[in-house]
Parts: sequence; structure tokens; C-alpha cells
Amino acid sequence: MNQNIGVVVFPGSNCEKDAMEALADLGATPLLLWHADSDLQGVDAVVIPGGFAHGDYLRPGAIARFSPAMEAIIDFAHNGGPVLGICNGFQVLTEAGLLPGALQKNAGLKFLCKEVELQVESTNSVLTNMTSKGQTLRIPINHFEGNFTCTDETLIELQSQDQIILTYRENPNGSMANIAGICNTTRNVVGLMPHPERACHTLLGSTDGRILLESFIQGAHAAV
Amino acid sequence: MDDQLHRSLGLTDDELAKIIEILGRDPNHLELAMYSVMWSEHCSYKSSRIHLKRLPTEGKNVLVGPGENAGVIDVGDGIAIALRIESHNHPSYIEPYQGAATGVGGIIRDIFTMGARPIAIMDPLRFGPLEDARSRWVAEGVVSGISGYGNSVGVPNVGGEIVFDETYKGNPLVNVLCVGILPKERLVLGQASGIGNLAVLLGSTTGRDGIGGVSVLASAGFGDEEEDAEKRPSVQVGDPFEEKRLIEACLELLDEGLVVGIQDLGGAGLACAASETASRGGVGMDFNVSAVPQRESGMQPFEIMTSESQERMLAIVEPENLEQVFAICNKWEIRSSVVGKVTPSGALRIVDDFDGEVLGEVPAASLHEDAPLYERPISEPDDMDTAITDQATTLSGPEKIEDDLFDLLMSPQWATSQYDSQLFLNTVVGPGSNAAVLRLKHPTSGEDTGRGMALTTDGNHRWCAINPRIGSAMTVAESVLNLACVGAVPQALVNCLNFGNPENPVVMWQLSEAVDGMAEACNAFDLPVVGGNVSLYNESQGTNIDPTPIVGVIGLINDLSKAPPGLTWNDGDRIILLGPEANGLNGSAWAFMKGHRRGSLDPIDFDLHKRVCALTRDLVTKELVTGLHDISTGGLGVSAAEMAINSGVGCTLARTPDHIAFFSESPSRVILAVNPELLTEVEQLAAEYDVPHERIGLAHGEIFTVKNLLTVPVKDLQEKWDNRLSDALDGGTTQG
Amino acid sequence: MVYDACVEVKLREGIADPQGSTIEKATDNLGFAGITNVRVGKCIRFQVEAGDEEEAKNIVSELCDRFLTNPVIEEAVIEIQVVG
Repeated sequence: MNQNIGVVVFPGSNCEKDAMEALADLGATPLLLWHADSDLQGVDAVVIPGGFAHGDYLRPGAIARFSPAMEAIIDFAHNGGPVLGICNGFQVLTEAGLLPGALQKNAGLKFLCKEVELQVESTNSVLTNMTSKGQTLRIPINHFEGNFTCTDETLIELQSQDQIILTYRENPNGSMANIAGICNTTRNVVGLMPHPERACHTLLGSTDGRILLESFIQGAHAAV
Repeated sequence: MDDQLHRSLGLTDDELAKIIEILGRDPNHLELAMYSVMWSEHCSYKSSRIHLKRLPTEGKNVLVGPGENAGVIDVGDGIAIALRIESHNHPSYIEPYQGAATGVGGIIRDIFTMGARPIAIMDPLRFGPLEDARSRWVAEGVVSGISGYGNSVGVPNVGGEIVFDETYKGNPLVNVLCVGILPKERLVLGQASGIGNLAVLLGSTTGRDGIGGVSVLASAGFGDEEEDAEKRPSVQVGDPFEEKRLIEACLELLDEGLVVGIQDLGGAGLACAASETASRGGVGMDFNVSAVPQRESGMQPFEIMTSESQERMLAIVEPENLEQVFAICNKWEIRSSVVGKVTPSGALRIVDDFDGEVLGEVPAASLHEDAPLYERPISEPDDMDTAITDQATTLSGPEKIEDDLFDLLMSPQWATSQYDSQLFLNTVVGPGSNAAVLRLKHPTSGEDTGRGMALTTDGNHRWCAINPRIGSAMTVAESVLNLACVGAVPQALVNCLNFGNPENPVVMWQLSEAVDGMAEACNAFDLPVVGGNVSLYNESQGTNIDPTPIVGVIGLINDLSKAPPGLTWNDGDRIILLGPEANGLNGSAWAFMKGHRRGSLDPIDFDLHKRVCALTRDLVTKELVTGLHDISTGGLGVSAAEMAINSGVGCTLARTPDHIAFFSESPSRVILAVNPELLTEVEQLAAEYDVPHERIGLAHGEIFTVKNLLTVPVKDLQEKWDNRLSDALDGGTTQG
Repeated sequence: MVYDACVEVKLREGIADPQGSTIEKATDNLGFAGITNVRVGKCIRFQVEAGDEEEAKNIVSELCDRFLTNPVIEEAVIEIQVVG
């Protein structure tokens, strides 16, 4: 399983090396994709990592989504390519219109770094297809703007199309319907606020992130 | 010239005479402004230098000692670690968010200036009491400033301390420690060399923010006071996004070998960076003020040279590499401009265009090396004799000891959960334990060495108020024991000496004593001091803060294949207390809570302390304990309560006869949780190390019991612990 | 012509506003009675060159739709004035 997985770097990204370390540890071949470059170098899948792309000034993801790399990623996603947005990457994907909804400031108006319990709601996505429904995963969150918000109609759609893939057992940030992660209707684009790459090593307290990233690497394989 | 100008800039008549002697003429306004900032207390350490010399600074692993931007040690496997601690106390009182944010930004620049990637910060914080509205406002602002800047710039915050006490009511302490990692061979120093090389200014534009922040420029008149006040907002605003790009650009420049020296711009701005790089390299520099990108129009040369605008670096570049330097800066969207040329003269010449008018000329080295050195008067406090006889053990014991215990419990989580503590996948033990523990990965290959590094910061104003010498020694000892609790061997120490007004002889006595105590402890533990910072004039309305030397100590863990034991125990574990018997309550959190701030401290037994540390390290390394905790703030009571809270398991403690044994903070003591099957082995080992040890209880159930003293459900302890800060701080506070 | 533009970006009706409700709670605590409906937005000011006011409005409006607001949760109120 030697999938080439592109990890996009915007000025202000900071989790790109972490994502690469976790992906490499799981047997994939990660490579950095520079935001100003529209060539995705033939990767099998794309990860948009966490951080503060363009300082999160204006709104998280608002500037990043206009970069040449993102334009290429939008095409890639529309052609069925697996795309994973983690934290800031999730925000970028909603801004780019690849995923519905938006991420607002946490209800407590504070940055939150802590481990949370997630529940798998749907196994039908490129991120969750190796998990089982109802499974509990312990994975850290690390964000100020992770409060998932959308219109009532969008929420009904997300629910009816089984697009809510992960929820919080205890809502840390005010997200609607406890949403921690969603996918698009074709299930190849996923976004989540928690950081699976931070839960891939026993020394770091949890290995529950591995099954998600393994699913994603498998998905990259299937999409090739 | 105006014979009052030097005074309004904070220079004494003698200092002016010295400048005239150096220059052989009267200085002009620009030159005087540069001397005033460079000879300020903050930049020149003129009051403290004479004492700091007494600290041991040498060790076989020390690559760079005090005096550079950061200390650097060799940690093996071709890896070096840079560390430094700084204070940002005064700005944080005026504008807590930006004061703390720019403090974080400044220390991070000190680290990547050495060629190191910043990988961790820690922040020891001190605020006035929680009951005070203004102190709450300061605390909330400082924590969100550290969170806002640190998270965004992308350096994990792995620990620190948060302490509330009335001594900090008008003068909080915001210290920040930063650690960076670099391949040993890439170490760079902030010096200029090579005649004809260029000085390139990287990063933000230069504005009037923070002009003269290090001296009294900000408040001193330069003419019409109101007009000037408008011109000089002394609060700087941090831009973590600019800093993040600056880090990446500078590290890429260093990776590509495109700079010969690099220096961050901190206190005293360009005046400092230009003169420091030149004088370290034994050269001079022509500095073109008009080439500095400016944020506002009409800035005077002295303003440009002394501005403390944030997120700027000065790189020394060979002319043939200039295009490549510009290319990398463009990639990271970093502004870059040639502002200086290295000259053979030894002079720092400020020019208006390289072939234009010379606006000022001073020997570069004179701004540093000729700075005045003061041996300020020292005297013991007048009431020493009576103070030391006033023992806290004479205070009457509490009626309900559980209420006192509740009042001493405080989880730092309200603050620490606002910090990203996990970035870079190194954090094995984060905030709130004995010490932070990080995986040690090679900075370029990313390869895990299987070893770990441990970090702790400690400070105890209570001990130091009573006896600055013994208190400082005990502070160092506590750090060393904290590291032992995670199995780490201490390697190097940095300090941040927060004291009051140095013109007060008692404050100078405190500083001198603290340095001696720290030196004694460092010598005893074979611990080199690789860097430090001195923050003086911590006073408000004529009252000086309690002396607060803070230390940061880094240690190494030889085998980090498992996370070290934490503050926890299992049902059925035996509880063992290592170390000497509890001795008194002077300087304890309990005594201070009761308003008793006097007394005496017994000198620390260094030999015994070393044996306790060695034993503790051995117990951890051999995996003989379930959990452990050094005994510090709040004594055995708080340490045991923290273990109960963390594990959700109660205990029954015996052999703790009274509140003195329960709340005493006397040093060299550790509480251990031991599986009964390992008990004999643990006790044998303790005997081998000749360390006193005692079985004091059993972990079990859901109740925290101390025989004949108290019985309280663990969940009640947990509730007090969890809610203390959030109850006090989340209520919509105002600037009181 | 150069126009001063002021764009007020605010949350759409019905979108929860945690900053607004926190401020509202605080006004109560501080003893300011009767403060309700607190909403927090942001104001972005800039100058724009255009042939006439209509054109300036159109440019700013498109900028808001594409970039300055996230239409999922935000809307913009635009004010245009000739630089005087």
C-alpha cells in the first residue's frame, strides 16, 4: 500500500509535518504540495492539514481557498479524488464549497485543546469505512473555530444523506447536532475538526486516529 | 544641545559624560537616543551584571552560554537544543493580550535566531489575587494573548505555572520560556563578518510602536508632550502570521546556507541589532535609515533606529547570495530590504542613503561593552531579626482542615486547555504534571532517537520572600526533583530574575542573595546556567514584588519507550513518602493564605536531595512505581489530593498527625504509589540510596481520608480543583 | 473617482452568535439593564476606484459575495461615499 498522498502547505499551516509523519508511519508516501502550485503531482489523495492558513485573518480558510492548489483540488475532488480536511483544512473545504456549512467560534469563546470522545455515525466515507458504526474514538481537538453551523435545510440534508460521519459524545464547542466531521454526497471529500494524526502513537496517549487515516489511505488506493 | 535631553531619556549626568568621552564630542539627538536604549537596564543589565558573574556557566555539553540570543546545549545524536526565558511583565500589565502575545513572539525569535526550530514554549505566570477584578482582567488577557499568538505561530505550549498572590497585584509577571531544536552543525551566531557583506532587514515594516520601550523614552518628553504621546503608542501589536512566515523563511535561509549571521530585533530595535552584530563580529556597519520600510510617514532617524516594531530580523548576507535571499523571502511573502553594509571601521554609522549624509557615528562596541556597570548599595531588610523568629507553626491550626485544602486546590486547565500543547507530535506529558516530556526527534530527518527531553519551570516567591538565598536554592532543587519524577537527568538551566527596584538596597540584597543561592544549588547539582534574563523595577506604588527568580531546567530521558508514570495511583497501591521529615510551615502556601509571610528557612541538604533525585529517577526508570509526585505547593495534602483527583481513586493516609505535616513544603520529598508486589523492592532500593522512606497509606475507594484529620469524597476535591479558575475567570470581567 | 467603502459583515438572522450572547450576559452582570439583541460583526474599510457610485457598489458587492463574507453564515451591509 504505497499511496502518494499530497499534504497542502499554505503560509500559516502548521500541522503538515505531523500529518506526513502519521501517514508515513501507516505506510503511505506523503509529499508536500505548495499552495501557489496548481500541479498536484499525480497524488492519489490530498490532505489539507491544520494550522492557521494566511493567519486565519478575515475568516479561517477565506483566503486559502483561492490559492492555485485549491483550484486543482476542487477539480480533483469533483473527479472523485479523496480529499481530507483536518481542522483548518475542514474550514478551507467549507469555504471552498466542497463541504456544506461553516465553522464558527466555539460557544465558550475559547481555544480548546483537549482529548474528546467521538462516535462514528456513518462508516460510508473515505475516512470511516474501516470503522464500525457507534464505535468510540478518543482523538484530540485543537481549535477556536470548530462550532459547526449550517441552515436547518442543510442539516436535514446532511442527516438524510448520511453525511454526518463523526459526532462528539460531549459537545465541546456548540456544534449543531454535535457534528465533529462530515462528508460530501459522493463521500470522497471529508472534513473533521479533531486531529487524527495526533492520535497515532501510544506515547501520545491514543492510537484511535490510525483507523481513520488507514481508511483514508485505503480509499486513496481504491480511487486510483 | 539641550542639557536636559539626556535626563529625559533616562541617562544620568555621569552616563552623558562617559558618552562624550567615548565620542570626543557631544552626541547628537540620534546618538543619544541609541545610547539611552542600549544602556537601559533592560539591554545592559547594568545593575545585575556584577552579580550574574557568580553563576556557574560551564559544562561539557554547553555549546553556547549566556550573552547570546539563547543558550545552546549538545544533546547527542548530532542534535543541539537552544533555550531561553524572557519576561514581558510591564507591557502585560498595560495591555495584557498584546503584552503577552508579543512576549511569546520575542522569545520565539530569540530561538530561531540561533538556527533552531522552536518546538515548545512554557509560561510561568504570576497575577494578583483572584478576588481583584483588575488582576482577573490581566490574567484573562494574558492567557488569551499567549493562546492567540502561540497557537497561531505554531509552537506548542507544554506547561508552566499560574500563581495568584497579592504581591503581584500591581505588577504581574509574564515569563516565557522557549526551546528549539537544531542540527548541531547549523548553529549560527548573531554576528556580522566579511567586509562588504550586506545587512538585510526581514519582516514587518517599522513604525512608531514601542519606541524606547526599554528606556523611559516612551514617557519622556521630546517637546510637546501631548503631540508626542500621540506619536508613540508604546504598546506593540503582535502578528503571529508574519512571525510564522518569518520562522519558515529564516530556517530555509539557514538550511540553504545563505546567511552568515542573523539577529532578531527585540528591545532597542535596529540600534541593538545593528550594533550587536557588528561588535560581535569585530566590524563596523553603515546603516541606511532611509532604506528601512516604514509604516508611517515622517519618522525621524532616532525613531527608526529605536522602534521596537515586532516580527523583524536582521540577516547578514554575502552580496552574491542576495538574489537567492530575496527569492526565498518572496516565496514566504516576507519583505526584505538591504539596510546596511559591513565596514572595517568598527563604527556604526547611520546614513541617509549609503553615499548620503552621515546622521550619526558611534563605535559599535561602545553601545554594549562600554555600558555602565553599577555596584548598587546592598542592605539586609531592617526587620530581619524579628522576621526570622516569627514562625508559621505558631499559627493556630485550622478548625476544618478540608476547607483549607479546598482553598489550595487549583487546576491550571482553564489556562492550559487554551494552548495547543500537542503540535509536532512530541508531547508525551503535557501541562499539569511533574514535568513536561517531549520525544526527541532529529530536527532534519525527523527520526525518533527513542530518547526524550523533559522541561520544567519553577519559582517560589514565598520561599524567596522569607530567604532569597535558600529560597532560590530550593527553587533549583525543586526543578531537579521535578525532572527526576519523569526519569530525566538535568542538563542546563535558564533563569528569569524578577525583582523590584534596584535602587532600593534591600531589593539589591535580595537579588545578590538569590544569585548566590542559585549558584550554590547549580554547583551542587552540576547544572550550568546557559542563559537568563533580569527584570527589575517590578513595583507598583512604591511596593516591590516579592523576589521571584524563576528557573527553567531541561533534562534528558535516556529511554522513552514508555510514558513516565504521572500523578496517579491504582486502587490497592501502597503510598510511600520519600525524604526527610516535614519541617515547618514558613513560606508555605498555607501560611501565606493565613497572611503569615515571615519566618525562616533551613538550608537545603544538597547531598540528601541528590540521593532523593537519583533514587526517584531509578524508581521511574525501573518502572517500580504506579505514579509519583514531588511535594511542593500545598505540601503533602495537595500532592496527595492531586493524585487522588487525577486517578479518581481515594486513599487512607496515616502518620500525618497535624496540619503542619499535611501542609509543610519542606524540600526533598516525593510521594510514591507502589503496587504491593513491588513494595519490598522499592524499599530496598530506597535503603540502598540511603533515603528515608515511610509507608503512609493505601490508595483505595472514593474517599480521601487522613486519619484523625479529614474525610472528604474525591469528587468534592475534584469539583474544587476543576472549577476554581473557571468560576473566578469566566464571568465577564472588566478592567477594574 | 475614489470612494470610501465601509462593509459591515454580520451574522445572518438566526445564526447563533456566541460573542454577542456573551457580551449580553456581561452587560447584565455589570448592571446595565435592558440591553438586548447584542450582535457582533466586523467592519472592513477601504477605498475603491470606480466610474460612478453604481459601479463602486457593484465592485464592492461582488467582493463581499466572493471573499469578504461567508454567505453560509454572514451577510454584508455596504456603504459607499465619495472621498471628500
